[in-house]
Amino acid sequence: MTDYNFAYLDEQTKRMIRRAILKALAVPGHQVPFASREMPMPYGWGTGGVQVSAACLVPEDRLKVIDQGADDTTNAVSIRRFFEKTAGVATTGRTSEATLIQTRHRIPEEPLTRDQILVYQVPIPEPLRFLEPRETETRKMHALEEYGLVHVKLYEDIARHGQIATSYAYPVKVEGRYVMDPSPIPKFDNPKLESEAIQLFGAGREQRIHALPPHCQVVSLDFEDHPFEASKADHDCDLCGSGTSYLDEVIVDDAGGRMFVCSDTDYCETRRGAGHLGRLAATRQEDAA
Amino acid sequence: MDQSVMTGGFSDPSIQAAWGFRAAMNAMARPGDILAVQGAQAPAPVSEAAAVLLLVLCDPDTPVWLAPSHDSDALRRWVAFHTGAPVVAARGEAAFALGRWDSLAPLGDYRIGTAEYPDRSATLIVEMDDLRAEGAVLTGPGIKEVAGLNLPDVAAFRANRALFPLGLDFFFTCGDRLAALPRSTCVTDPAEVS
Repeated sequence: MTDYNFAYLDEQTKRMIRRAILKALAVPGHQVPFASREMPMPYGWGTGGVQVSAACLVPEDRLKVIDQGADDTTNAVSIRRFFEKTAGVATTGRTSEATLIQTRHRIPEEPLTRDQILVYQVPIPEPLRFLEPRETETRKMHALEEYGLVHVKLYEDIARHGQIATSYAYPVKVEGRYVMDPSPIPKFDNPKLESEAIQLFGAGREQRIHALPPHCQVVSLDFEDHPFEASKADHDCDLCGSGTSYLDEVIVDDAGGRMFVCSDTDYCETRRGAGHLGRLAATRQEDAA
Repeated sequence: MDQSVMTGGFSDPSIQAAWGFRAAMNAMARPGDILAVQGAQAPAPVSEAAAVLLLVLCDPDTPVWLAPSHDSDALRRWVAFHTGAPVVAARGEAAFALGRWDSLAPLGDYRIGTAEYPDRSATLIVEMDDLRAEGAVLTGPGIKEVAGLNLPDVAAFRANRALFPLGLDFFFTCGDRLAALPRSTCVTDPAEVS
């Protein structure tokens, strides 16, 4: 603990990130540049989220880290250990107990409260990047509110597939002004972007921070005749039986067998602990025994 | 050298700055919420909350403008010793400005950002005699329905909101308490609402 400054980063770096966070909250959905530092993990492993978390953490925090909903994957485990070591904060897997949650590509199923902060790891913060590769141009497009291209992209989806095929990183409009990429969360999670909690987005390689204050208007882009739909696999969870949570499809044998399980591991475990059982819960328990 | 310049900083900078920032962020994310901060003491008449904000947010990268209500040799030396922030002579050069409301005006002189980088705008720390969650009616991002704050003016904040996404962001400080008003908040006179 004494080997590191609190939460790893030096104080001047934290001030720079903190100023960016305040401006990001003041202009919801706008991408604020920041001088991203090299972190002791490669780009693509959540360096942006880690820097935002480091700037926000206080010693009393209880940290939860999830990767695609799971608390026990490599990325989540290593980031949790990083902050246990450098900030000495308590950690948890339970959504309800956490005060700061760093996430890669999911929003927890359990609604967040005003005492929680959600920090997203963001690969590409620019929603227009795959439509216009030049940063100078996308800056101008945001300045001029020139978002026609995004609608053309969604329209092309409909022309080609008969529906909007974009299923993750689904673009949203924030407070009627900025089009924002909510990071690659499934579009199932988009309605949860209107939250009680503060939501901060950190992109380390791209050196951008953006934010959503609580109770911020976040509208998923759509068309009158093709309204936005928060879709998920049409199944119940095979372990906990939930019919409303976002599901992962898991191949379980070489004969085409498959099961659907909650992507949010804490949600699934909590439900099973409360006695909810899904189609395959019994067989899974036998396997484990 | 005057010893008082060197006192009044954080005793545990890393931790106290983290607490101070958490309060500042919660205030900026929820306009109208009033939060308490501790741990810094700058030369009079700077409030404890304003001193905390200076220590948490200012460093050699952030030019600071001190309004006549607060400008003094003692404070300039305190800011230089504790933050290293350059104290500038013109409002238009400042990233942060500190003072009483009347003394900070005219607001038109501060940087409001550019269309491409609206974040390059000034943040004003306004020292108040009183901080109460009543008075002007606030709506917008961060506010569930409505919030109230005894703002020193309504027209100025309304004009600032009209510049969105450009504009100034404000902290209000009184004793050890602070509140914030980002440019995104709509401000209404309570007389008009009823």
